[in-house]
Amino acid sequence: MALLEIEDLHVEFGSEAQPLIAVDGVDLAVDVGEVAALVGESGSGKSVTALAAMGLVEFPGRVRAKRLVFSGRDLLSLGDAQRRALVGKEIAMIFQDPLASLNPCFTVAFQLMETLRVHGTDAERSNAHARRVRALELLRLVEIPDPEARLRAFPHQLSGGMAQRVMIAMAIACRPQLLIADEPTTALDVTVQAQVLDLLLRLQREQGMALILITHDLAIVAETAQRVIVMYAGEVVETGPVPAIFEAPRHPYTQALLAALPEHNRDRARLEAIPGVVPGQYDRPRGCLLHPRCPYAVERCRRERPLLYGPSERQARCHFALDASGRPTGGWKPETRTAPSEAGA
Amino acid sequence: MLAFILRRVALIIPTFVGVTLLAFALIHLIPGDPVENLSGERGMDPARRQRLLHEFGLDRPLPVQYGAYIGEVLHGDLGSSLTTHERVLDEFLTLFPATIELAFFAMVFAVGLGLPAGILAALRRNTVADYAVMGVSLTGYSMPIFWWALLLILFFSVQLGWTPVSGRIAVEYDVATTTGFMLIDTLRAGDWAAFRSAISHLILPSIALGTIPLAVIARMTRSAMLEVLREDYVRTARAKGLPRWRVILVHALRNALIPVITVIGLQVGLLLSGAILTETIFSWPGVGNWLVHGVQSRDYPVVQGGILLIATIVISVNLIVDLLYGVVNPRIRHG
Amino acid sequence: MDEAISSPLEQTIAAPAPGTMREFWRSYAQSGGALIGLALIVALLLLALFADVISPHPPNEQYRQFTLQPPMWEEGGSSNFILGTDPVGRDMLSRLIHGTRLSLLIGLISVALSLSFGVLLGVIAGYVRGPTETILMRLMDVMLALPSLLLAIAVVAILGPGLINAMYAIAIVLLPHYVRLARAAVIAEAGKEYVQSSRIAGAGALRLMFNTILPNCAAPLIVQATLGFSSAILDAAALGFLGLGAQPPTPEWGSMLAGALEFIQRAPWVVTFPGLAILITVLAFNLMGDGLRDALDPKLKR
Repeated sequence: MALLEIEDLHVEFGSEAQPLIAVDGVDLAVDVGEVAALVGESGSGKSVTALAAMGLVEFPGRVRAKRLVFSGRDLLSLGDAQRRALVGKEIAMIFQDPLASLNPCFTVAFQLMETLRVHGTDAERSNAHARRVRALELLRLVEIPDPEARLRAFPHQLSGGMAQRVMIAMAIACRPQLLIADEPTTALDVTVQAQVLDLLLRLQREQGMALILITHDLAIVAETAQRVIVMYAGEVVETGPVPAIFEAPRHPYTQALLAALPEHNRDRARLEAIPGVVPGQYDRPRGCLLHPRCPYAVERCRRERPLLYGPSERQARCHFALDASGRPTGGWKPETRTAPSEAGA
Repeated sequence: MLAFILRRVALIIPTFVGVTLLAFALIHLIPGDPVENLSGERGMDPARRQRLLHEFGLDRPLPVQYGAYIGEVLHGDLGSSLTTHERVLDEFLTLFPATIELAFFAMVFAVGLGLPAGILAALRRNTVADYAVMGVSLTGYSMPIFWWALLLILFFSVQLGWTPVSGRIAVEYDVATTTGFMLIDTLRAGDWAAFRSAISHLILPSIALGTIPLAVIARMTRSAMLEVLREDYVRTARAKGLPRWRVILVHALRNALIPVITVIGLQVGLLLSGAILTETIFSWPGVGNWLVHGVQSRDYPVVQGGILLIATIVISVNLIVDLLYGVVNPRIRHG
Repeated sequence: MDEAISSPLEQTIAAPAPGTMREFWRSYAQSGGALIGLALIVALLLLALFADVISPHPPNEQYRQFTLQPPMWEEGGSSNFILGTDPVGRDMLSRLIHGTRLSLLIGLISVALSLSFGVLLGVIAGYVRGPTETILMRLMDVMLALPSLLLAIAVVAILGPGLINAMYAIAIVLLPHYVRLARAAVIAEAGKEYVQSSRIAGAGALRLMFNTILPNCAAPLIVQATLGFSSAILDAAALGFLGLGAQPPTPEWGSMLAGALEFIQRAPWVVTFPGLAILITVLAFNLMGDGLRDALDPKLKR
């Protein structure tokens, strides 16, 4: 059953005449208790999509969508107070840089108990002692040793991993139905990354909450997610279950992402990289957004922007989606020119 | 924390020593005969001059004189005024509460209006409200204080007749000075009319004196808030579903206050400069007025003592602000 | 006064490379306020240069029959004395125009004096380090510990009242800010690679200091110099007002306000116009200083 349903989400920044399009018609759905990964490189719009769902995109950003529904409630029509009752309680989010995401002037206790005071149970909202008990419980839940001492600490006295655990504790404090984790391990030491990820997954299982994991690291995705949504330049380009999407990617971008992984390049001298860069504000291509960088681009790609084709669990935004052996289908014929056009450095 | 305090105090000492050196050197740097300058007598016969020279200790080598001076200062002996013949320190202590009262209310005005104005400007960035606040602020610190004071008098006292023109309290009230703070003294005497008079006398000078700090605080608060509102932890606060006022006034402001407090502290030095001018215009019986008369009438013990005392106060206040900064910024407090 | 100079952001900014003047101008012109400031300053400059020609009357000529005449647009005013006359019958407008010349001169000389000495001392301190630096900076701390007007008064107490002495006093008051700025800039730059390479190539200390490092610290110094103008004009006016600066009959704006309190009821124009002149001039320099700061360091853009 769908927990979060996003239909045709658009997010823009900047001038109306020449806007920076961060999210360009994204459809997204997450089921109750599901672990979905939202994957893409910087500038793909994955973070902004999540922020828009939470209502955290502030002026001068402009958000519009056909549907934005959470747990049956229409987020678009919610008033401020109603949205705030939902955000932080039923939907929670943790961010990339945990040390910067905690307020340096307040202790862990203050920040943790603040959430409880606003969203907690009746007991927690009125009783400071109840809040403290729950706060300690939460710190233990996220495997922080010596929680009493940690409660008194200020953020700058914590390590990155510890801070992220505190963030997670804050996020799950009121038992949310959906947790969005935006690059939760990117800013952490490699040794700590695995621990934090394991923690996230364990909590997800135990609390039965849905988890949207936003990341650019495909290696993480393979081990954690049930379903993957690949984004590029503000659009969803492929969706599919793990491991099928990795064994047989249908979109050239996904294929390229996988090809760039060190694991797939073991017998090579250099990593295979995707040439070109993500389109910026002023050079958004007509036709398929990937065509300047796609090795299979032909005339139709340059003219016509593809829709998402395929069954709902396995879609790809490509006129010539790849088959199981990685070759374009749909009557694709290579062009006589050998080099794909590059979108400039 | 203790280490932090001690370190800050240690840093102050050379500055303080430097100030005493400056005050000491003043007498010797002033053109003319130091004996004449210190005694106020001109054209003495040589015998008297020689005697005074010895009395003042001016015939001893300079370092010894400086040592003697420091000794006297530490005992509270800053000489006597040439015009009133009162002890400089006593005069200063009698007049200082008036200046404090004025500076205090000027600061209340400056922070009370400046802080909210800066926050408003930051929240309504690039709108009319923002430009209005910034425009008023810019005008505020481009104005000469004494002219602004004159304009205020012109408008509120002369044309509207709302406030009195000068002094601390209407002439007909004779209040027993216990603390030296007019508001407290009138309250203690139970004299409501006098209290009201004292307040009405405080209004215009406080506004005049507080205008420049107001302008600076508003500007600083705005820029600090703008920076803080962009920070990740503000986004987290919103993501927690906290009410908007709480995000701004608790999470954002608390961090923005850190640089703003430093600025507020620095205003104290400015307030004393401004007090000199404001007191002159409003005939306010404080140390600023006293110092100016001292300079104008060549009352050098007053000038020397006044400079030393005021500088000491400014240094001390800066020290307190420094320590306060350590309290407000947890990174310093808890290393 | 103080705060116009002691901006908490005393950073080193790379000066624009030659040939990017147009780039700089485009940046500068983006701010309406900055343009207004520039326009005002140009206007003031013209007023100052052509004061003798523009003024309807000599500034110190007393017209005894016309004392305390109101401005032209009020009852009793005349077009002979457009802004009215002062208590001894001098034309306000002419005095204000000549005051422009004085104020700009005060600003120029004080800032120039202060800047040259300040940069010299600051560069030496920042380059040489060691005890020289410590003593110098402690001295600067002492000077900064005193409220600026107090320091100016102390200097004037020593030197005696007068316009020239007021300029010295103001230059001394401004000095520590430039010393600090120059020193900080030199310290920041001295660690950079281009300095090391220059030194390895055999450049002597002086050459390093002034030819290599200093041009790259020019930007914040330019901004502070402009804001220093505002400070100087305000301080000069304050000293004039207290009778410690320009002496009568010099038409300095601050001294024109001295003793104006008694005329506040009868002749408010004697009070209003000189102050307005100060306000406009200081505002112009503050606007230009802000504009320069925004144009030269995009990181600080609000």
